[in-house]
Amino acid sequence: MNKTDALIIGAGPTGLFTAHQLKLIGLDCEIVDNLDKIGGQCIELYPDKPIYDIPAIPECTGEELTNNLTNQLKPFNIKFHLSERVDEVKKDGDNWIVKTSNGTRFQTPNVIIAGGVGSFEPRKFPVKECEKFENQSVYYSIKDKKMFEGKTVTIFGGGDSALDWAVELTKNSKVNLIHRRDDFRGAQATVDKVKQLAKEGKINLFTKFQMTSIKGENKLESIDITSDDKEVKTLKTDYVLGFFGLIMQLGPIANWGLNIDKKTIEVDTEKFETNQKGIYAVGDICNYPGKLKLILSGFHEGALAARACFKLARPNEKYRFEFTTSSKTIKNRLGVKGD
Amino acid sequence: MAKITYITSDNKIHEIDVQNGLTVMEGAVQNDIPGIDADCGGGMACATCHVYVKEEWLDKLPKKEDGEEDMLDMAFEPKKNSRLSCQLVVSDDLNGLTVDIPSKQG
Repeated sequence: MNKTDALIIGAGPTGLFTAHQLKLIGLDCEIVDNLDKIGGQCIELYPDKPIYDIPAIPECTGEELTNNLTNQLKPFNIKFHLSERVDEVKKDGDNWIVKTSNGTRFQTPNVIIAGGVGSFEPRKFPVKECEKFENQSVYYSIKDKKMFEGKTVTIFGGGDSALDWAVELTKNSKVNLIHRRDDFRGAQATVDKVKQLAKEGKINLFTKFQMTSIKGENKLESIDITSDDKEVKTLKTDYVLGFFGLIMQLGPIANWGLNIDKKTIEVDTEKFETNQKGIYAVGDICNYPGKLKLILSGFHEGALAARACFKLARPNEKYRFEFTTSSKTIKNRLGVKGD
Repeated sequence: MAKITYITSDNKIHEIDVQNGLTVMEGAVQNDIPGIDADCGGGMACATCHVYVKEEWLDKLPKKEDGEEDMLDMAFEPKKNSRLSCQLVVSDDLNGLTVDIPSKQG
């Protein structure tokens, strides 16, 4: 059981800055995120896109913003739990017991949800029967490529993941690559490589095709793909891989007894507390009159939620407001020399 | 102002007057029309405001910008007449536009 003053769900910009605020006022915190990396939407959806409305930063990309926020946390030792989704939040006296998908458990008086639009999950095939084969012969990520040796693998997608795996798996497998259009969005060098391998007959390339059915009793046998012109082809295959990027799902948050409307959580604007004492929501996932879905709003919300956490984490102490420019205590926490 | 018709996957028809300058996505979200999630808020970064445009409108709409087709690769059941509704800015020219909302966004 990990004991902490506050647990932050979500390692996007709001979660990161909230952690900074908690540490500045002397509270511990840990961060859980379902992605395998820090940065949330900034890093997953728009790492290269410039952002122009972060105060005092005329222009920075999603990746730069993430790096800057991570650097700002350097003075503090914050434990990140990545590739873990928070599944359960249960009340236990004055604490919340939080459980993740990997079985990690936390005991904390404060849970701060900085979850954006929810956790990122792989986008799946529209063909419903694919569910039956999921994690048996239909996969959305690859953990061990050895299982594909000597087998036929059918890959769907037009981005880097699909193309990189298509190239890699030609070494030991028979590869079909299927994409809905002629253009690929992957790196040009990889696209060229795929086209070369297709010419050599090492990749069976089908463009302007999509999956329309999947067949097999206990074991996957074949799939049907259909072209824009309604031409149907049946492909025998042992495995099917789909690389359609990630989508955000609210997921288990919906089951924690919070007031949720249109995938956002109602909060007050003093503490950014939800209808549950000790559970706060900040950033894109919170909702209140006048809410703006801007990164800067998330920073403000996190700063106030952090102060509210102090009361529950240190019930016998009084919180004193201090400036970073003048407070010796804060400077000590930051590890910088006072004047 | 333009009248935009949204047809949800249960075949319900929603006729909405949308102000010029808003996007077709915003017209749906602000009027509580179900089926358009717009998770990224209109940043062309998530493909969850995917719609099918009626054939006769395909050529009348502003062309897809770089990146829209890339995002549509990730959409649920994309077709030839797929667009991201966050990229369709409403003007008088769009009066009468009809879009079908897919059964799912992902």
